Amino acid sequence: MKILYFAWLRSKIGVPTETVDLPAEVATAGDLVEWLKTRSPRHAEALANSKVVKVAVNQEHVPYDHPISATDEVALFPPVTGG
Amino acid sequence: MAIRVQAGDFDVGAEYAAFTAGRTSVGGVAMFVGLVRDIAGGAAVSAMTLEHYPGMTEKQLETIEEEARRRWPLDDVLVIHRHGRLEPGDRIVMVATASAHRDAAFESCRFLMDWLKTRAPFWKLEATPEGERWVEAKESDDAAAARWAN
Repeated sequence: MKILYFAWLRSKIGVPTETVDLPAEVATAGDLVEWLKTRSPRHAEALANSKVVKVAVNQEHVPYDHPISATDEVALFPPVTGG
Repeated sequence: MAIRVQAGDFDVGAEYAAFTAGRTSVGGVAMFVGLVRDIAGGAAVSAMTLEHYPGMTEKQLETIEEEARRRWPLDDVLVIHRHGRLEPGDRIVMVATASAHRDAAFESCRFLMDWLKTRAPFWKLEATPEGERWVEAKESDDAAAARWAN
């Protein structure tokens, strides 16, 4: 699965994108955030406060209980601040 | 209908002229233009860099426009949003709505801005004398968008 990071999540984790092999137990957006925390201390620190970690699947905003699959484009980012 | 996400500036007068050209059924146009301020949260801002999520940005803006058209009888909608490095006084965003009557134009223009601020994937990085800082989302923006629920 390809994961994209934006804004301070990108700078804290240190890469704009990464490709990961999802373990079978990762079934939802929320599962993915929890699993990503285990990948490195940088991930753990960046993703510590889930209130400010938003998820998009295939370029649509989704809640944490949204299902994900290996072919999805998943993005993690802070609350948006455009306009 | 037009959604444009671009690094370059835009000319508000030229955009207005193109938006209204040849339209005789439009009774009113509402426009909002957002600018970069030189002060935020008590700190001087010397520049602002807007990051976005190419692809999702356009998709979300199109969805927001569709929602506005579903709610109000609009002749046309224009949304221009810039990304990249901007300085105080620079234009960031422009929304224009055209309708037969002013209420639809005013309300839909505000709706588009309120929804855009909470749904379009842009993030602002401010340069201040203390260094760079990411702008935090405001609860007041969520409240503004929530007014349009349902």
